[in-house]
Amino acid sequence: MTTLTFAMRDSATMTRRSFRHLLRYPATLVTSVGVPVLLLLLFVGVFGALKAGLGVGAHISYINYVVPGIIVMTAAYGSSGTALAVNRDSTEGIIGRFRTMAISPASVLTGHVVSALVRTLIGVALVIGVAIGLGFRPTADAGQWLGAAGVTALLVLALTWLAVAVGLAAKVAEGTTGFLLLVQLLPFISSAFVPPAQMSGSVRWFAAHQPFTPIIDTLRGLLTGTPDAGTTLAAVAWCVGLALAGYLWARVLFRRDLNR
Amino acid sequence: MTSAITATGLRKSFGNKPVLDGIDLEVAAGTTFSLLGPNGAGKTTTVQIMATLVHADGGEVRVAGHDVARNPAAVRAAIGVTGQFSAVDDLLTGEENLLLMADLHHLGRAAARRRAAGLLDKFDLADAAKKTTATYSGGMRRRLDLAMTLVGDPRIIFLDEPTTGLDPRSRRMMWQTVRELVADGVTIFLTTQQLDEADALADRIAVLDHGRVVAAGSPEELKRSIPGAHVRLHLADITALDSAARALGGSFPHESTLTLEIPCDGGAMAVRELLNRLGDTAAYVDEVSVHTPDLDDVFFALTGHPTAETTLELENAR
Repeated sequence: MTTLTFAMRDSATMTRRSFRHLLRYPATLVTSVGVPVLLLLLFVGVFGALKAGLGVGAHISYINYVVPGIIVMTAAYGSSGTALAVNRDSTEGIIGRFRTMAISPASVLTGHVVSALVRTLIGVALVIGVAIGLGFRPTADAGQWLGAAGVTALLVLALTWLAVAVGLAAKVAEGTTGFLLLVQLLPFISSAFVPPAQMSGSVRWFAAHQPFTPIIDTLRGLLTGTPDAGTTLAAVAWCVGLALAGYLWARVLFRRDLNR
Repeated sequence: MTSAITATGLRKSFGNKPVLDGIDLEVAAGTTFSLLGPNGAGKTTTVQIMATLVHADGGEVRVAGHDVARNPAAVRAAIGVTGQFSAVDDLLTGEENLLLMADLHHLGRAAARRRAAGLLDKFDLADAAKKTTATYSGGMRRRLDLAMTLVGDPRIIFLDEPTTGLDPRSRRMMWQTVRELVADGVTIFLTTQQLDEADALADRIAVLDHGRVVAAGSPEELKRSIPGAHVRLHLADITALDSAARALGGSFPHESTLTLEIPCDGGAMAVRELLNRLGDTAAYVDEVSVHTPDLDDVFFALTGHPTAETTLELENAR
């Protein structure tokens, strides 16, 4: 067998391992779907009534406005499970064992990334299902659905690689909480629930320029049939940039000496 | 003699604190080599460098004929590591842990099952095979850890303090496994702070203290190399004891036990010379025994300070 087939086989083994963890402790999946669903209920139930005052616009129902933000939050919650899983591997020493074995080094992290991608996309699909039950009415055509799925996958990939790096960098599980808090809170100061134009001063500037806003706007445009090429490009650029940064950071951390 | 592991001039510092300060080691294939030293002597760092986990600052290390810095992949294919930094997957069962290793060694499904079942039996884990390892005791985890290392049939195995904190039964099982592996031609590189463990298992011992090898040799050589070794003669009666004491100047007679202690390194030539000096009185010697100090004494003599355990005992005694 060639090096590449070995690498594929090792990555498949590591991915299977991650799925086995998930099936044994489905709590990760339950919370990463449950929390966004609760937020959806909260926002639609509480703020839906105030929609007129939120500046969302008459052309769109509040649930249609808010679901893209919830999708992004699902991706963010999903990445917290990844950071913790990678950190557990790294602090409990099994990464040390893997690194002394004649396996493809990339497979150790690839396994985490592939399983996180699948797990989080399943979570997103479940959240969209619940949203449709609550009155979410996307008007996207097949191509736009595909585009939305692609942007979501790219976002999950970016957050996952960042989560992997954070998991490797943290000496203890608590060290990952800063990252988790950041990715879970950032969507609140974006276009997820209220258009940034309604915000004040520096918050407005931040909301307009942070990466989650173009990503959420792109998803909203695609799902409600009003995509915007410039916003989509910005979203894709952010995702690719963050994914690359996370990947390179994780690679440096994985290759450094143990116990440093 | 082929070498399984050689290290020349191995150096490593963390920050500006030197951990290994020019280490030379040679381990013959198919033998047990023990790196003996207290906490912080640099044992784990040595293993981590040899196991391709940490880069050395200087010197050369060859494992299974390959340079660890230039060809880590070839080194990894030959070694297995069990130690303080090696671990099991807590979210999987014992059996799944072994099957994971088998998959990573690219064994086929049937071979993987056979290998896992065999190792579970061998390490007395068959009853716990279907339980997640989070429920295992410390001894069970350590046994599973070693079993996982053996899945790939490594020819060189690093055991970093494998019995620290183990109950006596698990410890004996570990020792037994080491002996069986060496009988099969496997090379064992064992670090320990337990002197009796190195004494019981190792063909050669290197004593490591503050990042330097302060002594190396077989357990017997080490024990002979320091003062305190003596030959004890048990004599038939008091007359024989008196004449023997006269023949051997500098000896210590004990009349109550009819024994005579003579300072001596205990080597065969020295004992023969000693018996020759006895002349006819040799006929009255009932028993000759050689008493060498244990490795605790060796460590104290070599490093000028006792081992951590001995220090603790002394403090407790106060």
